Amino acid sequence: MKTIETGAIIIGGGATGCGTFRDLTLRGVETVLIEQSDISSGTTGRNHGLLHSGARYAVNDLESAKECIAENRVLKIIARHCVEDTGGLFITLPEDDPDYHNRLIEHCKYAGIPCEEIKTREALKLEPNLNPNILAALRVPDGTIDPFRLCSANILDATERGAKVLTHTAVESMIIDGGAVRGVRCRDAASGEQIEVRGEVVINASGVWGQRLCSMAGIELLMFPSKGSMVIIDYRINNVVVNRCRVPSDGDIIVPGDTVSIIGTTSRKIDYSDIERLEVDDDEIDVLISDGEKLIPNVSKARILRAYCGVRPLVAVSGNVDGREISRGIVLVDHETRDGVGGFITIAGGKLMTYRLMAEWTADLAAKKLGVKKKCSTASTALPGSETRPRKPKIRRFTGIAKSVVGSTFYRHGSRVSSILERKKKNYGLVCECEMVTAGEVYYALRKLNVKNIVDLRRRTRIGMGPCQGELCSYRAAGLFAEFGAATPQKANRLLIDFLEERWKGIKPILWGDGLREMEFTYWIYQGLFGLGDIADDGEDEK
Amino acid sequence: MIHLDNISFDQCIKCTVCTIYCPVARATHLFPGPKQSGPDAERLRIKNPDLVDESLKYCSNCKRCEIACPSGVKIADIIQQSKWRYLKKKFRLRDYFMSHTDLVGTMATSMSFLVNFFMGLAITRLFMELVLKIPMRRVFPKYNSTTFRRWFRTIRKSQEAYAQKAVFFHGCYVNYNNLDLGKDVVRVLNAMNIGVEVPREKCCGVPLIANGFLKKAKKNARYNIASLEERTGDGRAVISASSSCSFALKYEYSNLLALDNSRIFNQVEYITKYLYSRIQEGGLPTMKPVHLRAAYHSPCHLERMGGVIYTIDLLKRVPGLDLVILHSECCGIAGTYGFKKEYYDISQSIGGLLFKAIEAAEPEVVITDCETCKMQIEMNTGYEVLHPVQVLARAFREE
Repeated sequence: MKTIETGAIIIGGGATGCGTFRDLTLRGVETVLIEQSDISSGTTGRNHGLLHSGARYAVNDLESAKECIAENRVLKIIARHCVEDTGGLFITLPEDDPDYHNRLIEHCKYAGIPCEEIKTREALKLEPNLNPNILAALRVPDGTIDPFRLCSANILDATERGAKVLTHTAVESMIIDGGAVRGVRCRDAASGEQIEVRGEVVINASGVWGQRLCSMAGIELLMFPSKGSMVIIDYRINNVVVNRCRVPSDGDIIVPGDTVSIIGTTSRKIDYSDIERLEVDDDEIDVLISDGEKLIPNVSKARILRAYCGVRPLVAVSGNVDGREISRGIVLVDHETRDGVGGFITIAGGKLMTYRLMAEWTADLAAKKLGVKKKCSTASTALPGSETRPRKPKIRRFTGIAKSVVGSTFYRHGSRVSSILERKKKNYGLVCECEMVTAGEVYYALRKLNVKNIVDLRRRTRIGMGPCQGELCSYRAAGLFAEFGAATPQKANRLLIDFLEERWKGIKPILWGDGLREMEFTYWIYQGLFGLGDIADDGEDEK
Repeated sequence: MIHLDNISFDQCIKCTVCTIYCPVARATHLFPGPKQSGPDAERLRIKNPDLVDESLKYCSNCKRCEIACPSGVKIADIIQQSKWRYLKKKFRLRDYFMSHTDLVGTMATSMSFLVNFFMGLAITRLFMELVLKIPMRRVFPKYNSTTFRRWFRTIRKSQEAYAQKAVFFHGCYVNYNNLDLGKDVVRVLNAMNIGVEVPREKCCGVPLIANGFLKKAKKNARYNIASLEERTGDGRAVISASSSCSFALKYEYSNLLALDNSRIFNQVEYITKYLYSRIQEGGLPTMKPVHLRAAYHSPCHLERMGGVIYTIDLLKRVPGLDLVILHSECCGIAGTYGFKKEYYDISQSIGGLLFKAIEAAEPEVVITDCETCKMQIEMNTGYEVLHPVQVLARAFREE
């Protein structure tokens, strides 16, 4: 058994965990982050990626709205390469309550959110695909944020400063000594090796999984999981975030995210025991598409790429358990004062938007426990990739590499693009033709970004996230895993199958039209050309 | 900015068969192929127009990708549109002259002797290579001393006797460069008891589209649509002896230029399809044998229209004609593409397979429907190239 001695231990590689990881590292605390799956693989990576202006919460939850607009301004600077300042619209449809429009303007004023009423003609000019029958429009500083990039950049910064990350490592038990948590025992999924990590503070940032983790420490903390489903459209059907101007409800927002658009979101209470096997229901897809169509009529003509869902980690502060009614506020629990268990902190609730603020609060508490005086600097220290100001890379330096490749790589890695697109042969061939990923980018991700399998690689590079959903690129990626020494050829086959299985999970609910034709072709390559189904079966037998 | 006017890219299932069939991608690594330049890149360009790649300019718009596509993606249209919408435009005198065929043709025919003489001089060609970037080795078509329209005026009276009439959209090539083909069209139609009418017309717009003069192309297209609508009120057919002109009238106007040509759509036919229909109705006069060994090359745009079978059917009816049908290959010239220095080598390399196939067939003449294919083949193989109608004209000859 391996033992690691450290200062602080963070459990959970979601946005909050990654943020706290970076925050503590910047304060000079020796930190280890443990994640059972991959960075941003849970709720963090399963939302619509809206950079909230706060307007969505302004009427119901003024406090959240204020936090949002403050963080919105911070993230636009420190995470420049993870956000896109698209702007957002709130549009009133003929069937909506016209009164909400005025209430929203008023509440935005209270929250300090710049909210400007614009003519419908102007809104249509801004977003030409909008429903032309809208009655009123408001402009707010919404944007988009890429959670995968955001987490990856936080981790990269911390690891470059010497911190340690253990992904695909699940916590199995807590080390409790003298009424205080002193560390955790965990297991590396790949090697099966047990690792003991000892530290003075253990931070539970595992979101909805936090209830389980607390029970390991003998603490009861109830979560009320609420499922939210979304569908992805093949291309950017809008360039501005489009919100429906009404009390937040199902299917009332369309967010452009990188090359796609996402229709969000539903809200359904689910049983805690179901959090591991989430599925999108057919009626949720119906609601999302039919309501999405009311915002942008072209939705019905476009191909739906996939449907997915995440689970909101809502902590039961009061007795109310409906998904939308419950506070989405930040819940920071010091178990020493609440339960008498020392060295243990739980951070839950909140949202992707406020991850940095949550991390700051958590790190403040942890620093107090560790006796570290240094203040938080995450609000002013740019993430790796966002250090330099210019949004456009100097394309001239990348002679011979297509502008679309340079632009896409820059979009994903910010100023780090120069260390990826070196003048080497591997940067002149594409692995993923939908999202313009070069072999050089795969190499960089394998070397620097904690990539253990192709699913991880997808979160770092967008490989397999385009219309083909891994139909062609996953095979090339598996080849590169073997070529770059990240996996044996046999292991690479296994990774390929696992990756395609993961892709199909999100495609199954929307199998019709062009998506179905695409999958028929994918299946033909998978089974007809490579016979991978046979390898998949062999693997099952061995187990 | 998003343009959702051609969202057929959404139907692409990434099978990549278009790239296999792309003659340009085969000839040069500078062009990443129609899949990547069309449907793949379109998603990126919608996201951010700055992500447009310069490599788009290598597309020759031969439309072979669209023939190959099993998903109905208008790949070449997407590429052409993006080329002019997103890439920076530079005005080039050469492109202006090459695309404004009406202007240049009118000037050249009025002093055809001088033009043809000077175009043959090495010094002129050197100047063109250095200043205009038109390769020296390129052979230019000769200009006629009179235009087809002027000749037609002299015989217009004789056409009034026919009960059945067809509107002949002659196009620039017949008008300025190949009067003989125009005469043969009239001869063949008359032999089948069909009178010829010539409408007011301007260049169909194909070279204008290829060189980025979209405004002018639209202007011409509107003019042609209006002129043809006038003539086809009673259901009369509009025929063209150029595969690319008829393709433009029928498809480019609506798909690429987004104009309404629905009222002439069903009337416009490429000439061999029209003749085929008349023959089905029983209008075929007796043919005299034409003792020739000929190789037939099918132009890309005719293939895109599905018109090759009609040409082949007509040729097979000609007695004595020993016909070799060549494997379908692009000749590489693609209109003005092969006249430009930057594409000349690619153009020649694309045509290589076709030239070899022609040599192997050991013909006496080559037959093809397209005027620029004719220029390319004549320059590279030395064989005389005939239009199918010219072969028919020989079969219908009076002795």
